[in-house]
Amino acid sequence: MSRKISMKQAINEALDLEMRRDPTVIVMGEDIVGGTGAQGEDDAWGGVLGVTKGLYAKHGDRLMDTPLSESAYIGAAVGAAACGLRPVAELMFLDFMGVCFDQIFNQAAKFRYMFGGKAETPVVIRGMVGAGFRAAAQHSQMLTPLFTHIPGLKVVCPSNAYDAKGLLIQSIRDNDPVIFCEHKNLYGLECEVPAESYAIPFGEANVLRDGDDVTIVSYGLTVHRAMEAAAALAKDGTEAEVIDLRTLSPIDWDTIVESVERTGRLVVVDEAHPRCNLATDIAAFVGQNAFGALKAGIQMVTAPHTPVPFAPSLEDLYVPSADSIASAVKRTLSPKGASPRIAA
Amino acid sequence: MAQNPFPLGKDELLKAYRTMRTIREFEERLHVDFAKGDIPGFVHLYAGEEACATGIMMHLNDNDRIASTHRGHGHCIAKGVDVHAMMAEIYGRSTGACRGKGGSMHIADLSKGMMGANGILGAGAPLICGAALAAKVRGDRGVGITFVGDGASNQGTFLESLNLAAVWNLPVVFVVENNGYAESTAMEWAVSCDSYVDRATGFGMPGVTVDGTDFFAVYEAAGEIIRRARDGGGPALLECNMVRFYGHFEGDAQTYRAKGELEAIRASRDCLTILSERVIEAGVIGRDELQAIDREVNALIEDATRAAKAAPLPTPDDLLRDVYVAY
Amino acid sequence: MLNERIKPIVMPKWGLSMSEGKVTGWLKRPGSTISIGDELLEVETDKITNVVEAGETGVLRRVLGEPGTVYPVKALIAVLAEPDVPDDDIDAFINSYAVPASEDDGEAEAGPQYHTAETPAGTIRYAKRGESGPTVLLVHGFGGDLDNWLFTIDALAEKATVYALDLPGHGQSNKQIADPSLSGLSKAVLGFLDTVGVERAHFVGHSMGGAVSMRTALDAPGRVASLSLIASAGLGEQIDHGYIQGFVGATSRRDLKPVLETLFADRGLVSRQMIDDLLKYKRLDGVDEALRALSASLFAEGRQASVLASGIADARTPTLVVWGEEDRVIPADHAQALANTAQVAVIPGAGHMVQMEAAGKVNALLKDHIAKAD
Repeated sequence: MSRKISMKQAINEALDLEMRRDPTVIVMGEDIVGGTGAQGEDDAWGGVLGVTKGLYAKHGDRLMDTPLSESAYIGAAVGAAACGLRPVAELMFLDFMGVCFDQIFNQAAKFRYMFGGKAETPVVIRGMVGAGFRAAAQHSQMLTPLFTHIPGLKVVCPSNAYDAKGLLIQSIRDNDPVIFCEHKNLYGLECEVPAESYAIPFGEANVLRDGDDVTIVSYGLTVHRAMEAAAALAKDGTEAEVIDLRTLSPIDWDTIVESVERTGRLVVVDEAHPRCNLATDIAAFVGQNAFGALKAGIQMVTAPHTPVPFAPSLEDLYVPSADSIASAVKRTLSPKGASPRIAA
Repeated sequence: MAQNPFPLGKDELLKAYRTMRTIREFEERLHVDFAKGDIPGFVHLYAGEEACATGIMMHLNDNDRIASTHRGHGHCIAKGVDVHAMMAEIYGRSTGACRGKGGSMHIADLSKGMMGANGILGAGAPLICGAALAAKVRGDRGVGITFVGDGASNQGTFLESLNLAAVWNLPVVFVVENNGYAESTAMEWAVSCDSYVDRATGFGMPGVTVDGTDFFAVYEAAGEIIRRARDGGGPALLECNMVRFYGHFEGDAQTYRAKGELEAIRASRDCLTILSERVIEAGVIGRDELQAIDREVNALIEDATRAAKAAPLPTPDDLLRDVYVAY
Repeated sequence: MLNERIKPIVMPKWGLSMSEGKVTGWLKRPGSTISIGDELLEVETDKITNVVEAGETGVLRRVLGEPGTVYPVKALIAVLAEPDVPDDDIDAFINSYAVPASEDDGEAEAGPQYHTAETPAGTIRYAKRGESGPTVLLVHGFGGDLDNWLFTIDALAEKATVYALDLPGHGQSNKQIADPSLSGLSKAVLGFLDTVGVERAHFVGHSMGGAVSMRTALDAPGRVASLSLIASAGLGEQIDHGYIQGFVGATSRRDLKPVLETLFADRGLVSRQMIDDLLKYKRLDGVDEALRALSASLFAEGRQASVLASGIADARTPTLVVWGEEDRVIPADHAQALANTAQVAVIPGAGHMVQMEAAGKVNALLKDHIAKAD
């Protein structure tokens, strides 16, 4: 039975269902129970934003608070995964990867290949990404490109509650390490979500809107900005196809290329910094594999190459907006868009 | 035959000697062949430290996990990893333990509880906490042992893991293999305290320091803390003071050592000699029995080397195998 | 009242979840004389595009629905009236027309759109429309659900009490299928009827649902008042194995779209929403196993395992057979298997989902058949 729930509830439900289905699934992280060893309630917080609230009552010790010690517990999750458990470790803000990245990219990501296919590391590391939460430079980044750069990691970034539930269930069942990126400004967004368990396969982009004039590719929060832009453009008679990548590694090249071959125009929207991000990656791939189909230069809409500013007035300028996406689309449609820009 | 004064029966003693001799022979063969240029990359040899790996691993079964270091050949052999597969791995052959894709620094065999040598110093400590957590969740009485050198004992991962293991009461033993040198830097300079027991105490767990060249000292101390961990008593630290017979890596001129230092430790602190002398002196095992083992081990290493050199290389397809390839 | 001679054409409500529709084009010009059943215009919903047929006669005096524009259900999109009704009266009618209460209000009055029944075969989801007249049960096909009767259920409910269920393994019913055979599904259907207190019903089955209905008529003849078999399985061995395999195997929009297009004569009817809804269904835990078990039991090696035509011909249950002439899943000539004992209608320009593609014609056949058989 389907009902409307938020992305936060959908994530909670996915964890609950998988813990019920598979006794090897454990969940650990800082404050994910909340209040362990303190004098107040047993599960005081349920995660810093309450995503895991209520799971301790259902699953007891399979939900583990950790010391503030990311290297140790992320590594422990990786080690437990190599020894037959399916741990889900919450890294609260993925910005904290800086203090545990070795365990992610040198250990978890390498085992299967480096050990000749004789090891599996079914660990999920989930955490918040993205700006717009007034959380400033160290709690707001979209660091997805750092993860997609690493072979052996799978990288997921859902844009809505339905996808979040199905992709998290798939992440837990997947035998490779998965970085599960949750945009904190989407936690409250509701949509229809089945109560049952379901898994969305990786590498399957979601075409949210059909259009023949231009292809807009994005993921996470900016998918919604792209849809707003597409609605505005439709009023002027421009029909944009909007592709939500859903998973960044693996990435659904076929859907992107097929769309661009039809529309001839591509705008890639990425909340990450502009250098070596998903936008440049996709632009390069399309440039190499579908150049003949392009009627105009590819446009990239990204955050600026700056840290995330704190002042709300500045942060609102930081994240790609519907207007900036619509402008980029118009650039691909203008006659000038077809000619190469000559660098000075 | 005299009465056996040791905590192990004769068969066990022979097994311990065979393990230590296999490690020694394996490493010395690598030392020779590396110098000839037969082996790609670089290797870190465990020669001189055999009593530590062997004294600990005698207490473990395949269900117990170890996380090793860059200097991992001895841990692998003592944990039961196949010597032929190890040698082939070091030669980058498809018959290697990791099909030639790991090399000396990444030999692993999870079926033997060997979670991998590790090129990142201190990285094994969090991993072994996870292995111990898995054993605890399953309730299978498995324990986890992580090895760390005196150098990597300063890594945040190691110190954080001491805390995590204590907080979660995990069945983990942290083994500090103190050979006096972090690569070329002296332990006395780089480690802020005199004894690792002090560090263990600071994290609320027992710590023991033993002479790591004395097989029996390692065996008895390890037995006690492993038993304690297995019974739910929580983590502990074991410091083994020992000596490294070769450089940090093969080709290291070891100019940081004192004049005559190597000759002295080889003469007085060779764990194999110490073990042999004691069992022979006690009249438990005859010299000829040990020499027979030496010959068998020599033949084994010779055969492993010959087989590794003759083994097929990985195929070009192997480049893209066993990882999700995005392109 | 003058208004009685002015007949509004409104945006139809097709199925349970439709709240608005887009006028895609008019098939009649203003001033045309309209008879009942004439195709007036095409409407696109998020699920499907279909033709709106005239339910009354008159001259098409005003066309208000602009092509390309979305209107809420029940919005006035055209006016029919006799030629002698003055223009002023028609303008006054248009100006005073108010869209009836919104769907949400209506739903509150009419009760929930879907129900669930706890049956021996597990939780079964169903819809029930209509309150009087004979009882009709709609049984969907392989991989389908009760929304396959989008254009059928309300039309039949005008003169009948209509139940449509999701078979086990389908829609939002439980996904375990204890016995993935026709008998097993038939028992599940009878268990459902027991639970909702229905002794005897007119069975309308589509595709695999037709075979389930036939199996029920043979095993429990007292409970089947009549059979309406639409593009039914069980009348011959042939079936498009590629369709079955493609449907079971598809995990992406790209894979599923061409598979679904084989269901319709007009491939353009396969909408984004239809594909998305089916993908969402196929991703649910247990569905893949259920579909594989059914296809292995019923369509192994690309042949239908059960052909029930001769039994049904002997059983004398009043039977209607309807087929789309361009059916690419089960060939339309299977309709002739019952030509001697049943009413057979083969509809041109329609495919396997003939009840959706030619809803008006199929609904008329069903109403007529059920009325005669009751």
